[in-house]
Amino acid sequence: MAKNRVTPPKAGGCQAVLIGGSTGGLEVLLQVLPALQPPLPFALIIVLHRKNTADSTLANLLSLKTSITLTEVDDKDAIRPNTIYLAPADYHLLIEQDSTFSLDDSEKVNYSRPSIDVTFESAADVYGSSLVGILLSGANADGTAGLNAIKKAGGVAVVQQPDTALVAFMPQHAISTIYVDYVLDNQAIIAFLNARR
Amino acid sequence: MIEEEEVDLLLSDLYEVYGYDFTQYARASVKRRINRLCSLDKFPSFAEMRYRVRSDPSYLKRFVEELTVNVTEMFRDPLFYKTLRTSVLTKLVAKPFVRIWHAGCSTGEEVFSMAILLKETNLLHKSLLYATDLNPDVLDAARKGIFPLGPMKQYSENYILSGGTNDFSTYYTAQYGRVKFREELAEKMVFSTHNLVSDRSFNEFDLILCRNVLIYFDRNLQERVLTLFEESLGPLSYLGLGAKETLKFSAIQSKFKQIDSEKIWRKIA
Repeated sequence: MAKNRVTPPKAGGCQAVLIGGSTGGLEVLLQVLPALQPPLPFALIIVLHRKNTADSTLANLLSLKTSITLTEVDDKDAIRPNTIYLAPADYHLLIEQDSTFSLDDSEKVNYSRPSIDVTFESAADVYGSSLVGILLSGANADGTAGLNAIKKAGGVAVVQQPDTALVAFMPQHAISTIYVDYVLDNQAIIAFLNARR
Repeated sequence: MIEEEEVDLLLSDLYEVYGYDFTQYARASVKRRINRLCSLDKFPSFAEMRYRVRSDPSYLKRFVEELTVNVTEMFRDPLFYKTLRTSVLTKLVAKPFVRIWHAGCSTGEEVFSMAILLKETNLLHKSLLYATDLNPDVLDAARKGIFPLGPMKQYSENYILSGGTNDFSTYYTAQYGRVKFREELAEKMVFSTHNLVSDRSFNEFDLILCRNVLIYFDRNLQERVLTLFEESLGPLSYLGLGAKETLKFSAIQSKFKQIDSEKIWRKIA
């Protein structure tokens, strides 16, 4: 699946990496997060489709897997490198020009709140070419439009290799619909992230 | 896709022509909603959207309604309401009179939730609930106390989780896919337009609820509104915010103490 490789991304200059996932996305994160080498030179922002209850179980679970600070976003939190941010349940996560988060509880997008498209599109608007978007496993078309926005803004689009995903639909939908830079399995995602310096 | 400068133009039109000031709203969200509306209403270009907004007051109504987010539900975040029941309303029992302000109440679901709590804690008869929003149309809806039947099952579950022990359906009558809440719940409600961007304090309150409204404002406007709330709260009164809203960036934080780990603060200075 070595398709779609076009322009090699610029060395360095990556300010933020976004990871979006739905069913099966959590399993990937549980493998990827422990393997990340701190300090991360970028902010890592995670948008997972999740139940709309406002408890912190997911944040607690994920933070057990990494020594890097992991926080569930509060409105207007500043976005800093070497920090992992988790989109809270039941809000869309948006990014402002001054590198802070805004939350939004408007209509669901792709049956989802948080929606991956919403965060990816908003980040593309702010970070342009210094942005990487990674789309993981899921049974939903969310994320494709967002990855496309990242590509259009000059950023890098990465998709989980569908045959390694618990549910192939979401990554496959992106690959079939838009142009992506990399199609990677878990180990390659880890290597890719650790090479962003 | 509408550009940053075009958002500026539209917002200054809204202010200049109609007096609505959205310039201090959280920009990412405003921009997204303008883009969404532009494609929803199939404008071929930004210029045509701008012309319509400037020249057609009936379209302006739709524009403002869509620009602002009017999503709300009953007993959202049930544990918040449980804390209101157990740690806040119990402290208000001794008061001769209880004044509550729902700022940015939208279609009123939270106001009716509060009226139910007050009823169940025997406070409703001596309470007044001021419910305000900048949008007169959502207030008209709120005033009627009529809501869609569909979400009632979810609301009923929320109500139980908030510590409610009655049969939730005894609070309303259902007809034609809608429900109407009991008149006695609405008797103590006062609905009025109030714009948090420009209007001042109008009373002193024992409890102010403003949930998932501040997230749509930028930091400066948030600070203005929080200061307005601080000035509108009597000693030892309470402020309730949305699940992801916080006082941590605000100068008023030092005057407040957080209750349990909920988004409820008590004014202590």
